[in-house]
Amino acid sequence: MAPRTVAPFGPQHPVFPEPIQLKITYEDEKVVNVVPAIGYGHRGIEKACELNEYQKNIYLCERICGICSCIHGISYCEVVERLWPIDVPPRAKYLRTIWSEMSRTHSHLLWLGLMADAFGFESMFMQFWRIREKVLDLLEMTTGQRVTHSVSVIGGVRRDIDDEQKKKCIKVLMEVRKESEALINVFINDYTVKARTVGKGVLTKEQAIALGCTGPHLRASGVKEDCRMQGLQAYGDLGFEPIVEKDGDSYARSVVRCRELLQAIDLQLEAFSKMPEGEIAVRPKGNPPANEAFYRAEQPRGEVVYYAKGNGTRNLERLHVRTPTYANIPSLLVMLPGCELPDVPVIIHSLDPCISCTER
Amino acid sequence: MGIINTSRIKSPWIMHFDNSSCNGCDIEVLACLTPLYDVERFGIVNMGNPKHADVLVVTGPVNRRTARVLKNLYAQVPDPKMVIAVGTCACSGGVFHNCYNILGGVDKVIPVDVYVPGCAAKPEAIIDGVVLALQKLSKALGVAK
Repeated sequence: MAPRTVAPFGPQHPVFPEPIQLKITYEDEKVVNVVPAIGYGHRGIEKACELNEYQKNIYLCERICGICSCIHGISYCEVVERLWPIDVPPRAKYLRTIWSEMSRTHSHLLWLGLMADAFGFESMFMQFWRIREKVLDLLEMTTGQRVTHSVSVIGGVRRDIDDEQKKKCIKVLMEVRKESEALINVFINDYTVKARTVGKGVLTKEQAIALGCTGPHLRASGVKEDCRMQGLQAYGDLGFEPIVEKDGDSYARSVVRCRELLQAIDLQLEAFSKMPEGEIAVRPKGNPPANEAFYRAEQPRGEVVYYAKGNGTRNLERLHVRTPTYANIPSLLVMLPGCELPDVPVIIHSLDPCISCTER
Repeated sequence: MGIINTSRIKSPWIMHFDNSSCNGCDIEVLACLTPLYDVERFGIVNMGNPKHADVLVVTGPVNRRTARVLKNLYAQVPDPKMVIAVGTCACSGGVFHNCYNILGGVDKVIPVDVYVPGCAAKPEAIIDGVVLALQKLSKALGVAK
């Protein structure tokens, strides 16, 4: 038997933008065991949400994660609205859907870039991030901020998209779609890219279900499960169909995200064409009543669950958030053992880890 | 030492460390390196190794667990070094000020030279912060910028 080496991977590591530690045991260059150590990003947001007034929690919930911040803010508003319950105007529902899908577009472009960087294709990383800046410009134009938008409020949304902005959005989204298609063609068909991803980090359908994986990670293993299938917000009108792949390796996870990127752009274009006129917000009456509510939403990384309990005062009794990466990290213990040392960053990135979500 | 100090100012290497931020500032720091802002044309390169870095870019508030990691990294960056705190929460704790696991801004643990406010700090502001840090460094070294 070859001698074993234990190497720490993180908390500060060039591959991760965020702090997480993996203690990896190697036999020569082969991984035999992985122990993840989390807790570097823990802030205590859930407790702070009980201390703040309920309207101010939107800003805190958006900062659970900066990449999927838009959907965190919207999900918090949706769960608190369910305490009364408040019925949101249809135009606000469409606007929320558009911003959710826009942030999914930017998140998937970001991930595709980081994935390209993880297997050493730096020029593709730069190209994906070049396209991503166009989407960020759209978000800045429509919401006023590049990263954290704070556009959703309890009872609706804070800003409307007028006709001029709508035309600009449609034009830029078509450009983004065309440019991403060309790059995705390289990502999916290139021989060298396939050599790094096909058959790496395989997770079977049974394992994915048993480990409780969510999101593109689960769909890449052949499970048809997506929170957008509930038909909430405007998804019911848009004819949404989840994207599923069978193989469960890093390549399948890349393909799912590539196809979801194009699908997200199509959903936005369709939502723009079907968006009804009308009010964008209703004012909530009084404080959240003593009641409990759940809300599930599909983030770029998977399913996020919000639970809120009100007690009739300005503060919530309890807010709990279950985030997608927390559910996906156990699958690393199945995918990493048996792989080679250079494949470790690729497999970890194929999960799309978001540590600030995980630890809150 | 003349040529080394001149190249320190001409081509500073930065190292980015995320304490426990929301990722917003981290992706903006990365966006600085990508085609639209492209700071590599000024010789600014992002390094993974603290021993190669001149400038430590820190995002996010310090929590009880990352405080030790941050002190350790700061000690590994060779002198003369600059520390830039990017984002409101790295400056003061920001939106996380009343979270139980947060100690506060980066200056609670290590000395900070430049503060870049903003939530999330825009790439233009981050680049401006790096330029300010370099002016400060060139003054300290007595090198003309």
